[in-house]
Amino acid sequence: MPVPRYWRYQDQRYNLAGSRCTVCGTVYFPQRPLCPKCHRKSLGKMERVTLSGEGRIISYTVVHDPLSDYEHLSPYIMALIETPEGATLLGQIVDAEPDEVEIGKEVEMVFRKLREEGKSGTIQYGYKFRLKG
Amino acid sequence: MDVGIVSYGVYIPKYRILPEEIGRVWGKDGAAMGKGLMVEMKSVPGLDEDTVTISVEAARRALKRRPIDPRDIKAIYVGSESHPYAVKPTATIVAEAIQAAPDLTAADLEFACKAGTAGIQALLGLVKAGYIKYGISIGADTSQGAPGNALEYTAAAGGAAYVIGAEGVIAKVNHTVSFTTDTPDFWRREGMKYPSHGERFTGTPAYFKHITGCAKMLMEKAGTTPKDYDYAVFHQPNGKFPVRVAKMLGFEMSQIEKGLWTPKIGNTYSGSMLVGLAAILDEAEPGDRILAVSFGSGAGSDGFDITVTEEMKRYNRSAAPTVKEITSVYKIIDYALYTKFREKIKMEGE
Repeated sequence: MPVPRYWRYQDQRYNLAGSRCTVCGTVYFPQRPLCPKCHRKSLGKMERVTLSGEGRIISYTVVHDPLSDYEHLSPYIMALIETPEGATLLGQIVDAEPDEVEIGKEVEMVFRKLREEGKSGTIQYGYKFRLKG
Repeated sequence: MDVGIVSYGVYIPKYRILPEEIGRVWGKDGAAMGKGLMVEMKSVPGLDEDTVTISVEAARRALKRRPIDPRDIKAIYVGSESHPYAVKPTATIVAEAIQAAPDLTAADLEFACKAGTAGIQALLGLVKAGYIKYGISIGADTSQGAPGNALEYTAAAGGAAYVIGAEGVIAKVNHTVSFTTDTPDFWRREGMKYPSHGERFTGTPAYFKHITGCAKMLMEKAGTTPKDYDYAVFHQPNGKFPVRVAKMLGFEMSQIEKGLWTPKIGNTYSGSMLVGLAAILDEAEPGDRILAVSFGSGAGSDGFDITVTEEMKRYNRSAAPTVKEITSVYKIIDYALYTKFREKIKMEGE
Protein backbone atom coordinates (compact mmCIF):
# COMPACT_ATOMS: atom_id res chain seq x y z
CA MET A 1 0.00 0.00 0.00
CA PRO A 2 1.48 3.39 -0.95
CA VAL A 3 2.50 5.53 2.03
CA PRO A 4 -0.10 8.32 1.40
CA ARG A 5 -2.93 5.77 1.23
CA TYR A 6 -1.89 4.20 4.52
CA TRP A 7 -1.66 7.68 6.04
CA ARG A 8 -5.24 8.46 4.93
CA TYR A 9 -6.50 5.38 6.78
CA GLN A 10 -4.79 6.30 10.04
CA ASP A 11 -7.78 7.76 11.90
CA GLN A 12 -9.90 4.73 10.99
CA ARG A 13 -7.20 2.20 11.85
CA TYR A 14 -5.78 3.85 14.96
CA ASN A 15 -8.98 5.09 16.58
CA LEU A 16 -11.85 3.19 14.97
CA ALA A 17 -13.20 6.40 13.50
CA GLY A 18 -16.62 5.76 11.95
CA SER A 19 -19.59 7.85 10.85
CA ARG A 20 -23.02 8.42 12.34
CA CYS A 21 -25.91 9.57 10.19
CA THR A 22 -27.51 12.36 12.24
CA VAL A 23 -30.77 11.84 10.29
CA CYS A 24 -31.42 8.18 11.18
CA GLY A 25 -28.69 7.54 13.81
CA THR A 26 -27.07 4.60 12.02
CA VAL A 27 -23.35 4.16 12.73
CA TYR A 28 -21.02 2.99 9.96
CA PHE A 29 -17.45 1.73 9.93
CA PRO A 30 -15.38 2.77 8.07
CA GLN A 31 -16.47 6.34 7.57
CA ARG A 32 -18.99 7.15 4.85
CA PRO A 33 -19.79 10.50 3.25
CA LEU A 34 -23.47 9.51 2.78
CA CYS A 35 -25.92 7.26 4.63
CA PRO A 36 -27.10 4.41 2.36
CA LYS A 37 -30.51 4.55 4.07
CA CYS A 38 -31.10 8.30 4.00
CA HIS A 39 -29.25 9.04 0.72
CA ARG A 40 -29.12 12.77 -0.11
CA LYS A 41 -30.99 13.70 3.06
CA SER A 42 -27.78 12.79 4.89
CA LEU A 43 -25.59 15.03 2.73
CA GLY A 44 -23.49 17.13 5.11
CA LYS A 45 -25.17 15.43 8.07
CA MET A 46 -22.72 12.59 8.68
CA GLU A 47 -20.66 13.10 11.84
CA ARG A 48 -17.40 11.43 12.91
CA VAL A 49 -17.71 8.99 15.82
CA THR A 50 -15.04 7.04 17.64
CA LEU A 51 -16.14 3.48 18.29
CA SER A 52 -15.60 2.27 21.85
CA GLY A 53 -13.39 -0.65 20.81
CA GLU A 54 -15.72 -3.12 22.53
CA GLY A 55 -17.55 -5.78 20.54
CA ARG A 56 -18.86 -9.32 20.15
CA ILE A 57 -17.81 -11.99 17.67
CA ILE A 58 -20.61 -12.78 15.24
CA SER A 59 -18.55 -15.02 12.97
CA TYR A 60 -14.92 -16.01 12.46
CA THR A 61 -12.56 -18.03 10.33
CA VAL A 62 -9.02 -19.36 10.69
CA VAL A 63 -6.69 -18.35 7.85
CA HIS A 64 -4.21 -21.12 7.01
CA ASP A 65 -3.14 -19.92 3.56
CA PRO A 66 -2.60 -16.17 3.81
CA LEU A 67 -1.20 -13.61 1.40
CA SER A 68 2.60 -13.46 1.40
CA ASP A 69 2.77 -10.41 3.72
CA TYR A 70 0.97 -12.35 6.44
CA GLU A 71 2.52 -15.80 6.12
CA HIS A 72 4.52 -15.35 9.32
CA LEU A 73 1.26 -14.99 11.28
CA SER A 74 -0.32 -18.21 9.96
CA PRO A 75 -2.62 -19.63 11.17
CA TYR A 76 -4.46 -16.53 12.33
CA ILE A 77 -8.04 -15.76 13.22
CA MET A 78 -10.20 -13.19 11.45
CA ALA A 79 -13.56 -12.30 12.98
CA LEU A 80 -16.62 -10.27 12.18
CA ILE A 81 -17.26 -8.10 15.19
CA GLU A 82 -20.47 -6.33 16.09
CA THR A 83 -19.89 -3.18 18.12
CA PRO A 84 -22.30 -1.75 20.72
CA GLU A 85 -22.67 1.28 18.43
CA GLY A 86 -24.23 -0.99 15.80
CA ALA A 87 -21.39 -1.09 13.27
CA THR A 88 -19.90 -4.39 12.08
CA LEU A 89 -16.23 -4.72 11.22
CA LEU A 90 -13.61 -7.29 10.34
CA GLY A 91 -10.56 -7.70 12.53
CA GLN A 92 -7.86 -10.14 13.56
CA ILE A 93 -8.13 -11.84 16.96
CA VAL A 94 -4.72 -11.92 18.66
CA ASP A 95 -3.25 -13.66 21.73
CA ALA A 96 -5.69 -16.57 21.32
CA GLU A 97 -5.63 -20.06 19.83
CA PRO A 98 -8.38 -20.99 17.33
CA ASP A 99 -10.03 -23.34 19.86
CA GLU A 100 -10.46 -20.47 22.33
CA VAL A 101 -12.55 -18.40 19.90
CA GLU A 102 -16.34 -18.75 19.84
CA ILE A 103 -19.22 -16.86 18.30
CA GLY A 104 -20.72 -14.60 20.97
CA LYS A 105 -17.47 -14.01 22.88
CA GLU A 106 -16.70 -10.43 23.82
CA VAL A 107 -13.59 -8.72 22.47
CA GLU A 108 -11.74 -5.44 22.94
CA MET A 109 -9.60 -3.45 20.55
CA VAL A 110 -5.81 -3.59 20.78
CA PHE A 111 -3.20 -1.60 18.89
CA ARG A 112 -0.87 -3.79 16.83
CA LYS A 113 1.38 -3.86 13.79
CA LEU A 114 -0.70 -4.66 10.69
CA ARG A 115 2.13 -5.07 8.20
CA GLU A 116 5.57 -3.82 7.27
CA GLU A 117 6.76 -2.58 3.89
CA GLY A 118 9.82 -4.82 4.08
CA LYS A 119 12.71 -4.05 6.42
CA SER A 120 13.31 -0.52 5.09
CA GLY A 121 9.75 0.68 4.46
CA THR A 122 7.04 2.01 6.73
CA ILE A 123 5.40 0.00 9.49
CA GLN A 124 1.61 0.12 9.40
CA TYR A 125 -0.29 0.03 12.68
CA GLY A 126 -3.94 -0.31 13.54
CA TYR A 127 -6.69 -2.14 15.34
CA LYS A 128 -6.90 -5.82 16.10
CA PHE A 129 -8.91 -7.49 18.86
CA ARG A 130 -8.35 -9.77 21.80
CA LEU A 131 -10.79 -11.84 23.81
CA LYS A 132 -12.01 -10.09 26.96
CA GLY A 133 -11.49 -11.52 30.42
CA MET B 1 1.59 24.03 43.15
CA ASP B 2 1.47 20.24 43.60
CA VAL B 3 2.78 18.53 40.49
CA GLY B 4 2.91 14.81 39.97
CA ILE B 5 1.29 11.68 38.62
CA VAL B 6 -2.30 12.14 37.44
CA SER B 7 -2.69 8.64 35.98
CA TYR B 8 -0.68 5.62 34.88
CA GLY B 9 -1.03 2.47 32.78
CA VAL B 10 1.04 -0.63 32.09
CA TYR B 11 1.26 -3.10 29.23
CA ILE B 12 3.20 -6.38 29.20
CA PRO B 13 3.00 -8.81 26.24
CA LYS B 14 1.42 -12.19 26.94
CA TYR B 15 4.25 -14.55 25.97
CA ARG B 16 6.96 -15.84 28.34
CA ILE B 17 10.09 -17.95 28.02
CA LEU B 18 11.78 -19.77 30.90
CA PRO B 19 15.53 -19.54 31.64
CA GLU B 20 15.62 -23.37 31.61
CA GLU B 21 14.55 -23.31 27.96
CA ILE B 22 17.18 -20.73 26.97
CA GLY B 23 19.84 -22.73 28.82
CA ARG B 24 18.72 -25.96 27.12
CA VAL B 25 19.48 -24.50 23.70
CA TRP B 26 22.89 -23.07 24.60
CA GLY B 27 24.10 -25.98 26.74
CA LYS B 28 23.97 -24.02 30.00
CA ASP B 29 22.26 -24.65 33.31
CA GLY B 30 19.39 -22.28 32.64
CA ALA B 31 17.66 -23.03 35.93
CA ALA B 32 20.82 -22.05 37.84
CA MET B 33 21.18 -18.96 35.65
CA GLY B 34 17.58 -17.94 36.40
CA LYS B 35 18.08 -18.58 40.10
CA GLY B 36 21.29 -16.55 40.16
CA LEU B 37 19.64 -13.64 38.36
CA MET B 38 16.39 -14.11 40.35
CA VAL B 39 14.36 -14.31 37.12
CA GLU B 40 11.68 -17.02 36.85
CA MET B 41 10.62 -16.10 33.31
CA LYS B 42 10.73 -13.17 30.92
CA SER B 43 8.13 -11.57 28.66
CA VAL B 44 8.37 -11.87 24.89
CA PRO B 45 6.54 -9.60 22.44
CA GLY B 46 4.23 -11.17 19.87
CA LEU B 47 5.04 -10.95 16.15
CA ASP B 48 2.88 -7.85 15.78
CA GLU B 49 4.11 -6.05 18.92
CA ASP B 50 6.88 -3.49 19.30
CA THR B 51 7.69 -0.39 21.35
CA VAL B 52 4.99 1.59 19.51
CA THR B 53 2.19 -0.89 20.25
CA ILE B 54 3.28 -1.30 23.89
CA SER B 55 3.42 2.49 24.32
CA VAL B 56 -0.04 3.00 22.84
CA GLU B 57 -1.59 0.26 24.99
CA ALA B 58 0.01 1.65 28.17
CA ALA B 59 -1.10 5.22 27.34
CA ARG B 60 -4.66 4.10 26.57
CA ARG B 61 -4.83 2.28 29.89
CA ALA B 62 -3.66 5.42 31.69
CA LEU B 63 -6.42 7.40 29.98
CA LYS B 64 -9.03 4.78 30.89
CA ARG B 65 -8.26 5.34 34.55
CA ARG B 66 -8.39 9.13 34.15
CA PRO B 67 -10.52 10.02 31.12
CA ILE B 68 -9.12 13.50 30.52
CA ASP B 69 -9.69 15.22 27.19
CA PRO B 70 -6.74 14.01 25.08
CA ARG B 71 -6.53 17.48 23.53
CA ASP B 72 -5.35 18.71 26.95
CA ILE B 73 -2.23 16.53 26.60
CA LYS B 74 0.33 18.96 25.29
CA ALA B 75 3.50 16.85 25.41
CA ILE B 76 4.30 13.18 24.77
CA TYR B 77 7.73 11.69 25.35
CA VAL B 78 8.55 8.05 24.70
CA GLY B 79 11.73 6.76 26.28
CA SER B 80 13.09 3.58 24.72
CA GLU B 81 16.22 1.96 23.34
CA SER B 82 14.18 -0.09 20.87
CA HIS B 83 12.19 2.47 18.89
CA PRO B 84 11.12 0.62 15.71
CA TYR B 85 12.32 3.43 13.45
CA ALA B 86 15.81 4.96 13.55
CA VAL B 87 14.23 8.07 12.01
CA LYS B 88 10.49 8.63 12.58
CA PRO B 89 9.19 9.10 16.08
CA THR B 90 7.28 6.62 18.20
CA ALA B 91 5.74 9.58 20.07
CA THR B 92 3.85 10.92 17.04
CA ILE B 93 2.15 7.56 16.51
CA VAL B 94 1.16 7.47 20.18
CA ALA B 95 -0.17 11.04 19.89
CA GLU B 96 -2.42 10.10 16.95
CA ALA B 97 -3.52 6.84 18.58
CA ILE B 98 -4.78 8.60 21.71
CA GLN B 99 -6.24 11.48 19.66
CA ALA B 100 -3.97 14.10 21.23
CA ALA B 101 -2.55 15.39 17.92
CA PRO B 102 -1.85 17.95 16.52
CA ASP B 103 -1.63 20.65 19.22
CA LEU B 104 1.23 19.20 21.25
CA THR B 105 4.98 18.64 21.35
CA ALA B 106 6.27 15.07 20.98
CA ALA B 107 9.69 13.47 21.00
CA ASP B 108 11.46 10.16 21.41
CA LEU B 109 14.07 9.96 24.13
CA GLU B 110 16.92 7.51 24.61
CA PHE B 111 19.02 7.05 27.74
CA ALA B 112 19.29 3.26 27.96
CA CYS B 113 16.81 2.15 30.65
CA LYS B 114 16.00 5.55 32.13
CA ALA B 115 14.65 7.60 29.22
CA GLY B 116 11.08 7.22 30.51
CA THR B 117 11.95 8.85 33.83
CA ALA B 118 13.91 11.59 32.01
CA GLY B 119 10.64 12.29 30.18
CA ILE B 120 8.77 12.52 33.49
CA GLN B 121 11.30 15.07 34.75
CA ALA B 122 10.88 17.17 31.59
CA LEU B 123 7.09 17.08 32.01
CA LEU B 124 7.29 18.06 35.67
CA GLY B 125 9.18 21.17 34.55
CA LEU B 126 6.73 22.01 31.76
CA VAL B 127 3.71 21.59 34.06
CA LYS B 128 5.28 23.52 36.93
CA ALA B 129 6.24 26.37 34.60
CA GLY B 130 2.65 26.55 33.38
CA TYR B 131 3.47 25.73 29.75
CA ILE B 132 1.27 22.62 29.59
CA LYS B 133 -1.74 21.19 31.45
CA TYR B 134 -0.88 17.51 31.03
CA GLY B 135 1.92 15.50 29.48
CA ILE B 136 2.54 11.78 29.05
CA SER B 137 5.88 10.09 29.46
CA ILE B 138 6.26 6.46 28.48
CA GLY B 139 9.07 4.04 29.17
CA ALA B 140 8.80 1.00 26.87
CA ASP B 141 11.12 -1.50 25.27
CA THR B 142 11.36 -4.75 23.34
CA SER B 143 15.08 -5.09 23.91
CA GLN B 144 17.15 -8.06 22.80
CA GLY B 145 20.14 -9.89 24.14
CA ALA B 146 22.43 -11.59 21.64
CA PRO B 147 21.68 -15.33 21.31
CA GLY B 148 23.53 -17.22 24.05
CA ASN B 149 24.58 -14.03 25.86
CA ALA B 150 23.78 -13.63 29.57
CA LEU B 151 21.45 -10.74 28.63
CA GLU B 152 19.20 -13.17 26.79
CA TYR B 153 17.96 -14.53 30.13
CA THR B 154 16.53 -11.15 31.15
CA ALA B 155 15.94 -8.87 28.11
CA ALA B 156 12.15 -8.60 28.01
CA ALA B 157 9.32 -6.45 26.68
CA GLY B 158 6.83 -4.11 28.32
CA GLY B 159 6.17 -0.55 29.27
CA ALA B 160 4.39 1.97 31.44
CA ALA B 161 2.82 5.37 30.73
CA TYR B 162 2.51 8.20 33.24
CA VAL B 163 0.27 11.23 32.87
CA ILE B 164 1.90 14.20 34.60
CA GLY B 165 -0.03 17.29 35.61
CA ALA B 166 -1.11 19.61 38.42
CA GLU B 167 -4.85 18.78 38.46
CA GLY B 168 -6.07 15.52 39.96
CA VAL B 169 -2.64 14.49 41.23
CA ILE B 170 -2.76 10.99 42.77
CA ALA B 171 0.94 10.93 43.63
CA LYS B 172 2.74 14.19 44.28
CA VAL B 173 6.42 14.42 43.30
CA ASN B 174 7.99 16.20 46.28
CA HIS B 175 11.53 16.18 44.93
CA THR B 176 13.43 14.87 41.92
CA VAL B 177 17.18 14.70 41.36
CA SER B 178 19.53 13.05 38.86
CA PHE B 179 23.00 11.54 39.11
CA THR B 180 24.79 11.45 35.75
CA THR B 181 28.30 10.47 34.58
CA ASP B 182 30.01 9.18 31.43
CA THR B 183 30.32 5.47 32.24
CA PRO B 184 30.69 2.94 29.37
CA ASP B 185 28.95 -0.02 31.05
CA PHE B 186 26.50 -0.98 28.28
CA TRP B 187 26.03 0.29 24.73
CA ARG B 188 24.68 -0.45 21.28
CA ARG B 189 26.28 1.15 18.23
CA GLU B 190 24.15 2.53 15.37
CA GLY B 191 22.97 -0.29 13.09
CA MET B 192 23.87 -3.09 15.49
CA LYS B 193 21.05 -5.46 16.44
CA TYR B 194 22.35 -6.48 19.86
CA PRO B 195 23.91 -4.45 22.66
CA SER B 196 27.33 -5.00 24.24
CA HIS B 197 28.18 -4.69 27.90
CA GLY B 198 31.15 -4.55 30.22
CA GLU B 199 30.13 -7.70 32.14
CA ARG B 200 31.07 -7.14 35.81
CA PHE B 201 31.74 -3.47 35.03
CA THR B 202 27.94 -3.04 34.79
CA GLY B 203 27.68 -3.57 38.57
CA THR B 204 29.73 -1.50 41.01
CA PRO B 205 30.84 1.50 38.87
CA ALA B 206 27.55 1.66 36.99
CA TYR B 207 24.29 0.37 38.53
CA PHE B 208 25.26 0.52 42.21
CA LYS B 209 27.22 3.78 42.09
CA HIS B 210 24.51 5.70 40.24
CA ILE B 211 21.51 4.37 42.14
CA THR B 212 23.07 4.79 45.57
CA GLY B 213 24.46 8.22 44.57
CA CYS B 214 21.07 9.36 43.31
CA ALA B 215 19.08 7.93 46.23
CA LYS B 216 21.41 9.52 48.80
CA MET B 217 21.22 12.91 47.04
CA LEU B 218 17.45 12.62 46.94
CA MET B 219 17.09 11.73 50.62
CA GLU B 220 19.46 14.55 51.56
CA LYS B 221 17.37 17.02 49.56
CA ALA B 222 14.12 15.69 51.02
CA GLY B 223 15.54 15.46 54.56
CA THR B 224 14.51 11.81 54.80
CA THR B 225 15.96 8.42 55.69
CA PRO B 226 14.87 4.98 54.40
CA LYS B 227 12.56 4.63 57.41
CA ASP B 228 10.43 7.54 56.11
CA TYR B 229 9.33 5.53 53.07
CA ASP B 230 6.56 2.95 52.86
CA TYR B 231 7.88 1.69 49.52
CA ALA B 232 11.04 1.89 47.45
CA VAL B 233 11.55 0.84 43.84
CA PHE B 234 14.74 0.70 41.81
CA HIS B 235 15.66 -0.18 38.24
CA GLN B 236 15.57 -3.95 37.86
CA PRO B 237 18.02 -5.37 35.27
CA ASN B 238 17.52 -8.67 37.10
CA GLY B 239 15.95 -9.65 40.41
CA LYS B 240 19.23 -9.61 42.30
CA PHE B 241 20.56 -6.07 41.80
CA PRO B 242 17.55 -4.14 43.20
CA VAL B 243 17.52 -6.33 46.31
CA ARG B 244 21.24 -5.71 46.87
CA VAL B 245 21.05 -1.96 46.23
CA ALA B 246 18.09 -1.66 48.61
CA LYS B 247 20.13 -3.37 51.32
CA MET B 248 23.12 -1.08 50.62
CA LEU B 249 20.89 1.96 51.11
CA GLY B 250 19.25 0.62 54.28
CA PHE B 251 15.84 -0.42 52.92
CA GLU B 252 14.08 -3.57 54.11
CA MET B 253 12.73 -6.29 51.81
CA SER B 254 9.20 -5.37 52.95
CA GLN B 255 9.66 -1.91 51.38
CA ILE B 256 10.72 -3.17 47.93
CA GLU B 257 8.84 -6.44 47.37
CA LYS B 258 5.63 -4.80 46.02
CA GLY B 259 7.57 -3.08 43.25
CA LEU B 260 9.84 -6.00 42.36
CA TRP B 261 8.54 -7.46 39.08
CA THR B 262 11.61 -8.46 37.07
CA PRO B 263 11.48 -11.98 38.57
CA LYS B 264 8.08 -12.48 36.85
CA ILE B 265 8.55 -10.58 33.58
CA GLY B 266 12.28 -9.99 33.08
CA ASN B 267 13.93 -6.64 32.48
CA THR B 268 11.63 -4.36 30.51
CA TYR B 269 14.48 -1.81 30.22
CA SER B 270 12.89 1.67 29.94
CA GLY B 271 9.75 0.19 31.47
CA SER B 272 11.50 -1.58 34.34
CA MET B 273 11.35 0.82 37.29
CA LEU B 274 8.15 2.41 35.97
CA VAL B 275 6.32 -0.95 35.93
CA GLY B 276 7.49 -1.53 39.53
CA LEU B 277 6.25 1.92 40.54
CA ALA B 278 2.90 1.18 38.88
CA ALA B 279 2.59 -2.05 40.90
CA ILE B 280 3.10 -0.01 44.07
CA LEU B 281 0.52 2.60 42.96
CA ASP B 282 -1.90 -0.28 42.28
CA GLU B 283 -2.08 -0.85 46.04
CA ALA B 284 -0.85 2.37 47.70
CA GLU B 285 -3.00 4.39 50.06
CA PRO B 286 -3.12 8.16 50.60
CA GLY B 287 -0.15 9.31 52.67
CA ASP B 288 2.14 6.49 51.52
CA ARG B 289 5.62 7.74 50.62
CA ILE B 290 7.61 6.16 47.80
CA LEU B 291 11.26 6.47 46.81
CA ALA B 292 11.77 5.59 43.13
CA VAL B 293 15.16 5.53 41.37
CA SER B 294 15.74 4.54 37.76
CA PHE B 295 19.05 3.67 36.11
CA GLY B 296 20.19 4.01 32.55
CA SER B 297 23.51 2.76 31.29
CA GLY B 298 25.89 5.31 29.97
CA ALA B 299 25.11 6.23 32.83
CA GLY B 300 22.61 7.97 35.05
CA SER B 301 19.84 7.68 37.61
CA ASP B 302 16.71 9.77 38.13
CA GLY B 303 15.27 9.78 41.65
CA PHE B 304 11.76 10.71 42.75
CA ASP B 305 10.41 11.31 46.26
CA ILE B 306 6.65 10.71 45.93
CA THR B 307 3.66 11.00 48.29
CA VAL B 308 0.31 9.40 47.43
CA THR B 309 -2.51 11.96 47.83
CA GLU B 310 -6.14 11.82 48.99
CA GLU B 311 -7.09 12.02 45.29
CA MET B 312 -6.19 8.31 45.05
CA LYS B 313 -9.52 7.53 46.80
CA ARG B 314 -11.45 9.14 43.93
CA TYR B 315 -9.17 7.76 41.20
CA ASN B 316 -10.60 4.89 39.11
CA ARG B 317 -7.73 2.40 39.50
CA SER B 318 -9.94 -0.54 38.49
CA ALA B 319 -10.66 0.94 35.03
CA ALA B 320 -7.46 -0.71 33.79
CA PRO B 321 -5.74 -3.94 34.86
CA THR B 322 -3.17 -3.91 37.67
CA VAL B 323 0.37 -5.20 37.15
CA LYS B 324 -0.60 -8.29 39.14
CA GLU B 325 -3.61 -8.91 36.88
CA ILE B 326 -1.64 -8.28 33.67
CA THR B 327 1.14 -10.67 34.64
CA SER B 328 -1.17 -13.42 35.91
CA VAL B 329 -2.19 -14.31 32.33
CA TYR B 330 0.67 -15.61 30.20
CA LYS B 331 1.65 -18.27 27.71
CA ILE B 332 4.99 -20.07 27.84
CA ILE B 333 6.70 -20.53 24.48
CA ASP B 334 9.74 -22.59 23.48
CA TYR B 335 13.02 -21.25 22.09
CA ALA B 336 12.03 -22.04 18.47
CA LEU B 337 8.93 -19.85 18.67
CA TYR B 338 10.93 -17.25 20.61
CA THR B 339 13.45 -16.92 17.77
CA LYS B 340 10.57 -16.42 15.33
CA PHE B 341 8.82 -13.84 17.54
CA ARG B 342 12.09 -11.96 18.09
CA GLU B 343 12.96 -12.10 14.38
CA LYS B 344 16.25 -13.85 15.05
CA ILE B 345 15.81 -16.14 12.03
CA LYS B 346 17.41 -14.90 8.83
CA MET B 347 14.72 -15.12 6.15
CA GLU B 348 15.10 -15.63 2.42
CA GLY B 349 16.23 -12.42 0.73
CA GLU B 350 17.50 -10.78 3.94
